[in-house]
Amino acid sequence: MADLAINGDSAIALAWKQIDPDVCAAYPITPQTIIVERFSDYVADGEVNTNFVCVESEHSALTLCTASSSAGARTFTATASQGLAYMWEMLPITSAMRTPVVMAVANRALSGPININNDHSDAMAARDCGWVMIFAENVQEAYDNAVMAPRIAEHHDVQLPIMTNIDGFILTHAVERMTPLDSKDVKSFVGDFKPLYPLLDWKNPVTHGVMDGPEYYYKHKYQMVEAMENAIKVTEKVFKDFKKISGREYRLVEEYMCDDAEFVAVVLGSSYGTMKAVVDELRAEGKKVGAIMPRLYRPWPDKHMTAALKGKKAVAVLDKHAPIGAYGALYADVCTSLIDMKDAPAAYNYIYGLGGKDATAKDFRTIFEDMLAGKAAKYTFMGVDE
Amino acid sequence: MTSYKNMPIGGRALQPGKSEEVETGDWRSFRPVVDPELCIDCMSCWIYCPDSAVIVKDNKMIGFKMTHCKGCGICAKACPKKAITMVEE
Ligand code: SF4
Ligand code: SF4
Repeated sequence: MADLAINGDSAIALAWKQIDPDVCAAYPITPQTIIVERFSDYVADGEVNTNFVCVESEHSALTLCTASSSAGARTFTATASQGLAYMWEMLPITSAMRTPVVMAVANRALSGPININNDHSDAMAARDCGWVMIFAENVQEAYDNAVMAPRIAEHHDVQLPIMTNIDGFILTHAVERMTPLDSKDVKSFVGDFKPLYPLLDWKNPVTHGVMDGPEYYYKHKYQMVEAMENAIKVTEKVFKDFKKISGREYRLVEEYMCDDAEFVAVVLGSSYGTMKAVVDELRAEGKKVGAIMPRLYRPWPDKHMTAALKGKKAVAVLDKHAPIGAYGALYADVCTSLIDMKDAPAAYNYIYGLGGKDATAKDFRTIFEDMLAGKAAKYTFMGVDE
Repeated sequence: MTSYKNMPIGGRALQPGKSEEVETGDWRSFRPVVDPELCIDCMSCWIYCPDSAVIVKDNKMIGFKMTHCKGCGICAKACPKKAITMVEE
């Protein structure tokens, strides 16, 4: 297909159209709304066979999606911010029921104070709910992740729901150039949903969502831990297969100019692009710097992150959410990957970009300058006027 | 105990009707006792029991399945003849 000028939300809706899921239930919330708006156009125009269900809230949306996935239907939804927060009660239930629902999350600040702009506070608050989580740097990746998501979630070694995260407004609403795949390639890449023990298999009746005593609860949780670990290998395989149909190569932990780098910055989402530009700028000045993005955030790609950080002098970890009373979530994750490293790099936490505050190349440059001058602090809340 | 590897994922019960095999009547503090003299076999207790602990045979109410009765006393309340008494265990 020819290249398109398209925003991130519409790119995701296009991927969904090409996949043609069985069921979609969602409730509109900015900056995700365009995804379901476009997709409901496709439904209304008969371009997909999806059963689109209008619901009265996000809680109902995810409840319906969990049930429909249990029944054996490939099920998609999308949300953001307060919508994700409103789904919260269902998030760990969807994963514990092992229903591989695909959800696009247009990352937006959690109120309050009331704010609808981009940061990662919604995703970070949901990070330990048993969902696989991937992030995108640009619109192309938003589309590509949407195509790959069902393959990861539905794999029988995983069977967990997945969140495909994109930065609200920065990617959801900004128009970029994007190369879509042919619909037939998407169809054959994604394949059919083969659910394990679906409720609608009435020849083999089963019960889903039963009550667990401590012994069983404990073991079911451990099964989920193993399934999450399996998602590492499965995601790598899906990335590999995706390269065959797209020519685009993805890694669990993306590295930019890291081979000989002494100082690196770890960042998620669209800021990775900004960080790479800053790396170029500093490289031109002879500074040995690099950038890293964990494309797969849950499961945490521990070994891959350790490998990426080996031999570095220092690492700055940027968190786009406000950890009130602790360090940033990404920082804490990166630190776990440094634990068994000999001569581990020093690790610094930078909080940035909250509630849509601009994250500029100039800001990011100061992070490297701090590290190069040996002046970086363990914790910096960037850009607060004294 | 079952190894986690042999358990169906997601808390799925792959054989329906398994609750018959599991005894769940051991946290009762009161037990229902029926007086057959007063009972008119109206089946109210059988309908109202939230478990399946009222035993009916040949259209006659013949007693309680103590491996499933929770001692909730609903049957005693529902009985129009006050034929059921809740007795402390
Ligand atoms: S006490 Fe409750 S559980 Fe037991 S037989 Fe009566 S209604 Fe059923
Ligand atoms: S409700 Fe009372 S009268 Fe009716 S069947 Fe039960 S015990 Fe007998």
